[in-house]
Amino acid sequence: MKAPDFIYCRAESLADALRLKAEHGDQARWLAGGQSLLAALAFRLSEPTALIDISRIDALRGITFDAGVVRIGAGTTHTALGVSDIIRRHVPLLAEAVPLIAHAAIRNRGTIGGSLAFADPAAELPACCVALEATLIAVGPKGERRIAANAFFEGVYATALRDDELLTWIEIVAAQADEQQTLVELTRRSGDYAMAGVAAVLRGDAAEITHARLVFFALGDRPVAAAKAAALLVGKPLDEAQVALAATASAQEIDPAGDLNGGPEMKTHLAQVVLSRALRQIMTQAKAKAERTAA
Amino acid sequence: MTTHSITVTVNGESVRRAVQARLHLIDFLRGDLGLMGSHVACEHGVCGACTVRVDGAIVRGCLVLAASLDGASVETIEGVSDRGEIRDLQDAFIARNAAQCGFCTPGMLMCAADLLGSNAQPTRAEIREHISGNYCRCTGYQAIVDAIETTALKRVSSDAGGAKP
Ligand SMILES: Cc1cc2nc3c(=O)[nH]c(=O)nc-3n(C[C@H](O)[C@H](O)[C@H](O)COP(=O)(O)OP(=O)(O)OC[C@H]3O[C@@H](n4cnc5c(N)ncnc54)[C@H](O)[C@@H]3O)c2cc1C
Ligand code: FES
Ligand code: FES
Repeated sequence: MKAPDFIYCRAESLADALRLKAEHGDQARWLAGGQSLLAALAFRLSEPTALIDISRIDALRGITFDAGVVRIGAGTTHTALGVSDIIRRHVPLLAEAVPLIAHAAIRNRGTIGGSLAFADPAAELPACCVALEATLIAVGPKGERRIAANAFFEGVYATALRDDELLTWIEIVAAQADEQQTLVELTRRSGDYAMAGVAAVLRGDAAEITHARLVFFALGDRPVAAAKAAALLVGKPLDEAQVALAATASAQEIDPAGDLNGGPEMKTHLAQVVLSRALRQIMTQAKAKAERTAA
Repeated sequence: MTTHSITVTVNGESVRRAVQARLHLIDFLRGDLGLMGSHVACEHGVCGACTVRVDGAIVRGCLVLAASLDGASVETIEGVSDRGEIRDLQDAFIARNAAQCGFCTPGMLMCAADLLGSNAQPTRAEIREHISGNYCRCTGYQAIVDAIETTALKRVSSDAGGAKP
């Protein structure tokens, strides 16, 4: 199907974007990479009167590292995120997530800001941001607002962003020396949205886990933190018994709806599978790191 | 209806056209410029038949607005074929019977060329991963993976051969 008719305008700067939005009103939508929005328009799932192209705003692109904080422009493409040395070194979770998002041709245009603002419950980056306790920065006519990632996602395709606000930057505290991050998901075909996935961030050493954040995706209407399962891990060493305990506990913390892939029972089972795999992955990573340090 | 005047370099030639805001790149190439080599099927980013290059990077032609491309450079299967850039890849597709009905082939070639441009010796798993967003309803993919793998091996050995005095 073809998209409905609309007005297209390209914003050259942040101020320009806000001015265009004020001019075109609440039926105008931001256009970033277009990898979700243009597909939705082709289905006529959405019929905006105007699209304001924010993909050429230089200030919204790029990744910086300063005083222990990584700052990512909302307009940074998935591809740019995946090849960034800053990301690989300080937020390895995101580098691990990128190859799992769609396909190369889509990653070349899709952006982190678009993924967060679109808030597909099965998307990787929203869950990563919640697991990393990222801060999302929005700019609107009334100025700048800082929103904690866990308060940002409000439901299926719903966020805390106001209609006239633009997501501009994502701030993430760099991984600590004793931190392990990983992401595991299950898909029917490579590049598809996940059937079940988890982003995990743990801190600690062989003797004791001191911090754990486990955030599921594709298992609820938004990223779902398995807080009880995470709490079980803290204060103890990570071993097979702990993995089993956390996986069982996590099943009580989700209430997935069935989808094209399977019913709630299957999704709950897959949640435990991905969580167990993620925790084992972290055990392997921690062991390899300890051996490197000892050598 | 709103139209936009854009100047785009297509396969090395500068073209100027007025386009409707909602027109996507693939309809612009096929409808306005008559470049029918790139195909269009799903129109929502799933099948990869519309894969072309914008400023050197592969994209879904159905998920890019023509109006947003003022100043950009676009390359299609016609361009890369005419320049001979993927002659060997095309020959391998023919030799391996990796093109049957041929509907997916232009997108598949653009995608394969992209992989070989950044990874000279991809494993079969890497090849499968890279073409995972391009659907083929005929071949079962095996022949396509073979053709890409053969091309990579030939390029590497001819590079090594060429290095000798
Ligand atoms: C076939 C296919 C498979 C895919 N598979 C996956 C997958 O496995 N995992 C995954 O995570 N994604 C997947 N995607 C989606 C892809 O990651 C998109 O890039 C992403 O969801 C949207 O980013 P975008 O920049 O293209 O945003 P757009 O499509 O331009 O915009 C999406 C929405 O966000 C709003 N928006 C965009 N930027 C901002 C901003 N800065 N501030 C406020 N609002 C904004 C827009 O108004 C729109 O409502 C897939 C897409 C396709 C077509
Ligand atoms: S027509 Fe563009 S991906 Fe199918
Ligand atoms: S050869 Fe027919 S779709 Fe691929």
